Amino acid sequence: MDHADAMTFDPHAVEDETTTGIPHDKLGMWVFLCSEVMFFTGLIGSYIVLRFGSEWPDPKTQLNIWLTAGNTFILICSSVTMVKALEWIQRGDTRKMKLFMCLTLLGGSIFLGVQVFEYRHLLHEGFNPHVSLFGSTFYTMTGFHGFHVFCGVVCIAFCTGKAFLGKYTQQHHLGIETLGLYWHFVDLVWILLFAIVYLI
Amino acid sequence: MTTEEHTTPNYLAIFWWLLGLTIVEIAWAVLPHHSKLVLGGGIVAMAIIKAVLVALYFMHLKFERKTLGILFASTLILGMILVSVGIGEQVLPRP
Repeated sequence: MDHADAMTFDPHAVEDETTTGIPHDKLGMWVFLCSEVMFFTGLIGSYIVLRFGSEWPDPKTQLNIWLTAGNTFILICSSVTMVKALEWIQRGDTRKMKLFMCLTLLGGSIFLGVQVFEYRHLLHEGFNPHVSLFGSTFYTMTGFHGFHVFCGVVCIAFCTGKAFLGKYTQQHHLGIETLGLYWHFVDLVWILLFAIVYLI
Repeated sequence: MTTEEHTTPNYLAIFWWLLGLTIVEIAWAVLPHHSKLVLGGGIVAMAIIKAVLVALYFMHLKFERKTLGILFASTLILGMILVSVGIGEQVLPRP
């Protein structure tokens, strides 16, 4: 590739002609998400095995399920705003896409804020990772999920910044689609964690 | 792009389903149950329905190429085997 070719090289032109028919970025994200499935399956599987094999307190007596139910609602809302951002950029409306990206960023940030508040409250009450097996597994599972949300919020902030710089168009918006996949996966995992850790 | 070829799903309808199932899930958890199996089974079933809705409609698996569905489903099956073996070890009587 000489210098002139390099200057006109369009990565998306290549992405549209992949052998699988799926853009490389998107396929890469799906493969990554599959590895994430195995990661969280390991955590959830360990939790279930430990729970079956030992004395376990009723989570509802130690955790505030109403606060977390509200947080679950916020995360579901942020998933909807993320998919709406993608819908609007696919229709060519960048203004609404930016609005929904900002709302997604807000939702993710609120979720993290509430989780920090919950942790502080629980630690203040003496429920820490050392207190019991339930404490250890609770902080491990929700902590790793929280880290994933944090990474998602950082990426959403980055993509929102790019959106305001006009980097996404109706034709080229793979970054938002790929980020959306990650964000929905984080939502999906939380739906399962909320049920298994908080409600059962 | 494959996701642009399908008609846009009604995302708000999915949202109401997710919200409704979450409310039912919490009510199910709060109500007194005689059996832990009924409590756990009901909540896990609702959580799985919600997770499937997110995967099919928000992650567009329903409209994507089958390759992605097979890729994702294969890891889910491996995950279920892993969890089942773990549960079986605890539940089944040891020789």
